[in-house]
Order: sequence, then structure tokens, then C-alpha cells
Amino acid sequence: MSFLNVLREYEDFDFDGYFKNVTDEMIISSINKKVLNKFDFLNLLCVKAKNHIEIMAQKAHEITVANFGYTINLYLPIYVSNYCSSDCLYCGFSKKNKIHRKKLSLEEVEIEAKEIAKTGIKSILFLTGESRKVTPLEYLCDVTKILKKHFSFVAIEVFPMSQEDYEILFKAGVDGLTVYQEVYDKKIYKSVHVSGEKSNFEYRLDTPERGAKAGFRSLNIGTLFGLGDISQEAFFSGLHARYLSDKYLECELGLSLPRINDAEGDFKPNTILDDVTFVQIMCAYRLFLPRADINISTREDANFRDNLLGICATKFSAGSKTEVGGYTKAKTEPQFEISDKRDSEEVIHRIQNLGYEPVYKNWESI
Amino acid sequence: MLKIGDKEFSSRLLSGTGKFRDKNDIKKMLEKSGSQIITIALRRVNLENPQDNVLNYIPKHITLLPNTSGARNADEAVRIANIAREAGCGDFIKIEVIHDAKYLMPDNEETIKATKILAKDGFTVLPYIMPDIVTCKKLEDAGASVVMPLGSPIGSNAGLQTKSILEMIIENSNIPVIVDAGIGLPSQAANAMEIGADAVLINTAIATSSNPALAGEAFSLAVRAGRIAYLSKLQKQSQYANASSPLTGFLNL
Repeated sequence: MSFLNVLREYEDFDFDGYFKNVTDEMIISSINKKVLNKFDFLNLLCVKAKNHIEIMAQKAHEITVANFGYTINLYLPIYVSNYCSSDCLYCGFSKKNKIHRKKLSLEEVEIEAKEIAKTGIKSILFLTGESRKVTPLEYLCDVTKILKKHFSFVAIEVFPMSQEDYEILFKAGVDGLTVYQEVYDKKIYKSVHVSGEKSNFEYRLDTPERGAKAGFRSLNIGTLFGLGDISQEAFFSGLHARYLSDKYLECELGLSLPRINDAEGDFKPNTILDDVTFVQIMCAYRLFLPRADINISTREDANFRDNLLGICATKFSAGSKTEVGGYTKAKTEPQFEISDKRDSEEVIHRIQNLGYEPVYKNWESI
Repeated sequence: MLKIGDKEFSSRLLSGTGKFRDKNDIKKMLEKSGSQIITIALRRVNLENPQDNVLNYIPKHITLLPNTSGARNADEAVRIANIAREAGCGDFIKIEVIHDAKYLMPDNEETIKATKILAKDGFTVLPYIMPDIVTCKKLEDAGASVVMPLGSPIGSNAGLQTKSILEMIIENSNIPVIVDAGIGLPSQAANAMEIGADAVLINTAIATSSNPALAGEAFSLAVRAGRIAYLSKLQKQSQYANASSPLTGFLNL
């Protein structure tokens, strides 16, 4: 059994037909349920549900406060390499893009880590492009060991790996795994992931599950909005999270809502996720998955992020740099453009002014 | 007095440090509520950052109750407990082994294992558990100083959903019973005390109220009222004590 089986159940599902029959009464009834089933979740993703966005937000806020309190977990990304062996049409790191390629030496990782650690934030996500050759398992283990000296929680966002490799990384100190399916529509997946390892849809789909089996304590998943149909992609992301949280009870699940912005390569998104629909989907995620982390990165602008905090966001990056070596040298092109350009101190002050407690540390290395 | 390990407490309200808008509210809440024991998640203790270090917001006379939040099995709980002790949090430890990130239900089996190890190692162990009378007996044997059965799911504010089982546990326990989790209102806390709980732990309801200090005071009063009610035997202590028409009258006892 894999999430693939769940996806297959919807191969012939008529989403448009279903949405046509969703009434306001159905939406209100779904919002008011204590435990939402997958059709309740789908009802909240329908266009009509936008009429009820305020009560969705109110309920999302209430559930979030009950589960997380007035707190927001902070983390920072560190890009250690932008070498990539895949050609993905929307990504700035794609192997076809003529950008300056860089992989940090372990000494440089240490320097960057020390700089990031000055913010006081104890949670870090380290990222690479998807090149097994340039950034092999041994390198990732070495980077982990360095980061563990400065941070209590280390998550990875690298190329999908086998359970065995993840077990090695877990032992080396990795606590969490972030892997985005990018798009759950297989046809679109094949068309935007032109070549390289990443073109294997099924292998990527099962990646978070291999991570859970290897022992990672947190999993962060999501779709990249802009590639597939917005409601369907949100629906499958939620179902994927639910599938994982039902099967791997011990894992903390998180969802991100990245949407395509201006990266290198001039990719024109297939669909546009507007702000209203963004909030609608975020609230639907919260109502469907009361305890999931909702992670809002600096892809979103400052004002929008500040407002999402009051609804149901639980995780913020603050003062992110998406270039390799960005905290000290900033020589390469970013993977994506940052919209919230405030430094971490500014973000943290703002969080406090909004009546929330910024959480610098949410894990102890054990 | 509430006796836990080798310490005695006049307050029967335990509090927590999670979910507050501002860590400065913790101190005010402690003052107003009179709570003498406060639980802290070791995962959140940040010794390197004085401004963020929750320990700096707790007055010295308060007993720290570090918890093992984030532990997924006995082994992780034991490791976290040892780190807490090394960090200077004392010998009290609240064992939280959660194998279920969805509802945060405690894993009783792993909790018993961790209790055995930590009690032997000199810790004063306060295990957080799913209310179960057999588990409570095993924990007693394992050296637990108290048992902490949940009233309802953590953060739910649903009150004493497990009341009938809590009553059995209270009736049979030789160590203090502290109702932990799920209590959302002072009246529910009072009810827990009325049925004979030795103490209650309240975190979410206080921390997420618009005035944590005032909420702490309300819970404190409720806990005292409930305790006094219990001591005054206001409630029937046994379900069968006062049958209105005796069945054994014919025996001419």
C-alpha cells in the first residue's frame, strides 16, 4: 500500500461535476464538523467556499490556538549546493539554466552555520539541488554533523533517497524531511520534469513514506501551486498528509503552500494561486488536519505573512537567503525570489508585536 | 499538603509554560495562581539564549517539572530526562511518551518502561498516561511518585471525559493522582478535585486565555474549592452508600 493507491482512486473522479453539486449548506456543515472527512475537505476547496472564508478563518484560528497556542516556530534555510542533474521547467536550479554553480565546502558550511546561528534560531533546513553525484550521501552526512553543532533541529530538502540512505542520515542527526511532490497530476508532472531522476513520479510520491520508515520525526510536504489544477492539487496534498499521519502516527506532519514566483528560466505558470484562494486552502488544510504544521516561507511578502500568522500559520522562516552561501557571500543566483526581505530580527519583533511568541528552539538533540 | 517525592506543596494547581503569547505572562500567572510546580518542555529550553530561555521567567522558589515532550518511546524519554537533569532542571520529570502526533495520546506501555528506568535512577517520576487502572498499578510498582491520567485529549478543553475511570483510579491509587490535560474551565478543575484528585495540571486553558494571570487565579480558587468540598465529604464517596430502600432490612441487623 502506498499513497499511489489513494491517488488511483481518483483517476476518473469528476471534480467539476462534484463541485457543481456542492451547496452552501454542505459547506457550512463541513466547516462545523469536529472531524472532517475527505469530502468535507473537498467541499472547502470548492469556489463557492470562498463565500464562507471568514468563518473558515475563524475556525482555523480557534483550532490552531487550541493545538499550538500563540506561538510560531522559526527556522532558516541554508542552501549548500545548487548543482542539479534534473531539468525541471519551473526551477531556477534546473541543469539547463546557465547559472553560477556552487557547492559549499565543509569549511564554508561551518562559516554559514555560525552566521545563521547568530539569529538565535535553532532549527535549520538544509537544501541542495538534486545531484546525487555532486552532493552524495557522505557529503550530506558531513554537513549534518556540522549543522548539529549549531542547531538542535536539522531537516533536509535534497534529492529523494532510499529508506536505507535516510536511515544513515537519521543516525547522522537529521530530524526532519521536506519533500514536495511539486504536482500530483501525473501528466503535468511528466511534462514539467523533462529529464533526470526527478522525472520518476512514483518514486518521488513515496519519498516522505520512506523517510517516515527511516525514523524522521517530522515530514513536510506540499504541492507547488502554479503547475496543476489548484483545487485538485490542494486536495491531493491534504490527502497525502492525512495518509501519512494516519499511517505513521509518530511523525509530525507539516504542509507548505509554495506558489511559483519569478525564478530563473522564465517559466510561465499553468495556473495562478491568488491570495484569496491561498487563504481558503490554508484554512481548509487546518480544518482537515488540526495538528499539522502550516509553514509559510519568505516566498510570501511581509504583510501577507503577518496576516496569515493570525489565522493558522505555525511555522515561519525569517530572514531567509536562497542563494548558496547567501548569509556570508551571496554569489549565486537564488532558487526563487524572496518577497519578505526583512531580516530575522525584524520578523521576530513583528511576531511579538502581533501578540505571538516566536519559538527559536522546538527540539533538543537527543 | 500535596506530597510528591520528598517535596511538599500547599498549592494543588500545577501549571505549564507552553502556548503563552509572551513569556512575561508566565511570572504574573504564577504569582496570581499560587501554582508552585510548573512544567516545561525540555525541547523548548534554550540555555544559549537568555532572552528566550523560559527558565529565566520562572521564579526560583517554583519547582520545575521538565517534560519529555517529543519522545516517541521509552529510550527517547530517558535521554530527554537525563538532558533535563544536566541542564539544571532538578530531579522531577514528567514523562510524556507520545507515539501519536495526531491526537497526542500517551503510550502507556513505553511510559511504564521509562518510569522503571528513571525511578531507579533517582528521578521523581510523574508519568502522563491514558487513564487505565492496570497501568496505574504497574506505574506504582515501577516507582512512579504520582500518576497523571488525562481528563480528555490535550488542548481540547473538553473537561473530564474520562471521569468514571478517573474515579476508579483515585479509589485504588496509593500514590497521588494528578489529572492532566483537557481541563478547560475552573468548574471542570473543581469537579476533578471534588472526586478526589490530589491535584490538576492546567496549561492550555490558562495560557491561551486573554488574561493568563486572571485565569490562573480562577483555576486556583476552583481547585481549592474542589479540594475543600472533597474533604468535607460533600459528595457521596461510594455509589452504593445510601440505598433509599434497604435490601437487607429483613436481616434485623
